[in-house]
Amino acid sequence: MGWKRIKASLPPGRYYFSGNEAVAEGAITAGCRFYAGYPITPSSEIMERMAHRLGQIGGVFVQMEDELSSIAAVIGASWAGAKAITATSGPGLSLMMENIGYAAFTDTPCVIVDIQRAGPATGQATRVGSGDIMQAKWGSHGDYQIIALSPWSVQEMYDQTIQAFNFAERYRVPTFLLGDEAIGHLRETLEIKPWVRAFDRKKSKGKPPFDSKEPRQIPPMPAFGEGESLLVTGSTHDGLGIRRTDDPEVHARLVKRLNDKILLNQEDIIDTEEFFLSDATVAALCYGFTARSTLTAVKELRGEGHKVGFIRLKTLWPFPHRRVGQLSRGVDKIFVPEMNRGQVAGEAMKSTRCEVMSFSQTNGEIIRPEVIRKELRRLL
Amino acid sequence: MARAMEDYLRPGISTTPFCPGCGHGILLGLILRSIDAVGIDIREMLFVSGIGCAAWIPSPHFKADTLHTTHGRAIAFATGAKLYNPKLRVMVISGDGDLSSIGGNHLIHAARRDIDLKVICANNMIYGMTGGQVAATTPLGSTTSTTPLGSTERPFDLCKLVEAAGGRYVARYSVTQPLALMEYIKRSFSFKGFSFVEVLSPCPTQFGSKNLLESAPKMMEWLMENCVPREEAEGLSPEELEGKIITGDWSDVETSTG
Repeated sequence: MGWKRIKASLPPGRYYFSGNEAVAEGAITAGCRFYAGYPITPSSEIMERMAHRLGQIGGVFVQMEDELSSIAAVIGASWAGAKAITATSGPGLSLMMENIGYAAFTDTPCVIVDIQRAGPATGQATRVGSGDIMQAKWGSHGDYQIIALSPWSVQEMYDQTIQAFNFAERYRVPTFLLGDEAIGHLRETLEIKPWVRAFDRKKSKGKPPFDSKEPRQIPPMPAFGEGESLLVTGSTHDGLGIRRTDDPEVHARLVKRLNDKILLNQEDIIDTEEFFLSDATVAALCYGFTARSTLTAVKELRGEGHKVGFIRLKTLWPFPHRRVGQLSRGVDKIFVPEMNRGQVAGEAMKSTRCEVMSFSQTNGEIIRPEVIRKELRRLL
Repeated sequence: MARAMEDYLRPGISTTPFCPGCGHGILLGLILRSIDAVGIDIREMLFVSGIGCAAWIPSPHFKADTLHTTHGRAIAFATGAKLYNPKLRVMVISGDGDLSSIGGNHLIHAARRDIDLKVICANNMIYGMTGGQVAATTPLGSTTSTTPLGSTERPFDLCKLVEAAGGRYVARYSVTQPLALMEYIKRSFSFKGFSFVEVLSPCPTQFGSKNLLESAPKMMEWLMENCVPREEAEGLSPEELEGKIITGDWSDVETSTG
């Protein structure tokens, strides 16, 4: 229970992996022993590798009949004590949404990998997009919080999958890895270190599993079969899990606690990577695969003497409003290139004090460095 | 048989939320009595249910692990829990709308997988909790709040459906046939695989009130008249079987109550 040091699932060294393979290996290293999923492009390599790897180490793999049942099985396994994961893409994520809300409302740890493709609808199944940022946060009904991470390299597909499990277990919350087709299918060097830090959910016999004294605290989570006579329900419930569907105080307390447990801990969750910001007048705010093109463009412009800076959001939810707001007081403009119609740019505007320039490209292709360079040059 | 079932109920539970005349309370008692008769420690069991009146049979009443899920997905949640911890004895208790309509895909795939779940489908032939709308199991011609002129769609034969999907331990009984139903549930504990029993449970509040069976005894009588045991049905003509519900055991596996 709590933090421990564990051995990586593969011998330490350098591997030439695709992003999707790295996710599977990160999950195994993090202690994941349950996968349920349904095939969907461009995420299927994750489930294929999980089928192979979980079979080798005595974990459980099941290919379900659809995405609704995949996430349901993941939640069921999580309550049976598993570190559990599913992977999908936009259409599948849409189908999972009701049960993701259920997981959030029942403090259920689980990891959901979304390898984003060009939507809406069936869209371009084999092409890239990042249109699921808002869906990941707001896709299920009601007010709840989730955690979402945004990897930009094969290395981060591995590292952030481990981190996603640690967040899911520590905060008892559905945690997303928001990759995309480009990073899922990219092959590059992955360095596997011998040891990683992993967090296992805390247990405490007889303690209420759905309430805490302090709003920052996370209640302990027993598993089925431990003699606790657990009551888990997606209806409004008190600390013991008893349905209280007409008590305004119980509902208000539960919804507030589920939001507070993430928002009050956001400084421990949020992470950004920043370069060239100290004297910048224009900052490029980016995430995911697009951050690679952006960094290339920013470096080139720096080489020409332009005061342009770079901030990459490694965490998308909870959104780093404090850091983005602070940044906006020191620059004239913030430039946000995205493979959607300005989902993160719009969110950033909630906390910025300067001009925010959204650049959208939704044609199923990555945004190339020269495009970003050209757009940035216009702002300088 | 007359033993009180308090030991199996969560402390503080004194009444059920079911309407007067509802069959779900009878079914609740029969499930607990079956578990008691076989001698299983209920704390080793996990009860999974979906949404609707029948989903409240185990949750919160049973003194065991209970997982009250989203509408239609009980079998899928149960599949995850059972696969990860095969030692759990997992029973799914939910309604006909939950298991066979919104959750129909999970039902047939669980039967196909032959996963070791004991599924009890409380069939009241209507959507009770939401106000008496037509269900996939509503008898042809019945009045409901969404079929004011009588339903025009044929109902599902759930046992045939599950059997066709690969279910090997399949039966249908009515709460008016308590001994046969208990015997079936008791035997299901000795069978490793997908087990399915459809239990006809009267809903005088929603089904009865709209179909001239407004009192609880009338609905009970209707079930007793219309449920024909399989063996009896074999000697009846198609005309005589018109509108009848055939009950019995379609299993072809070896089980015991020991």
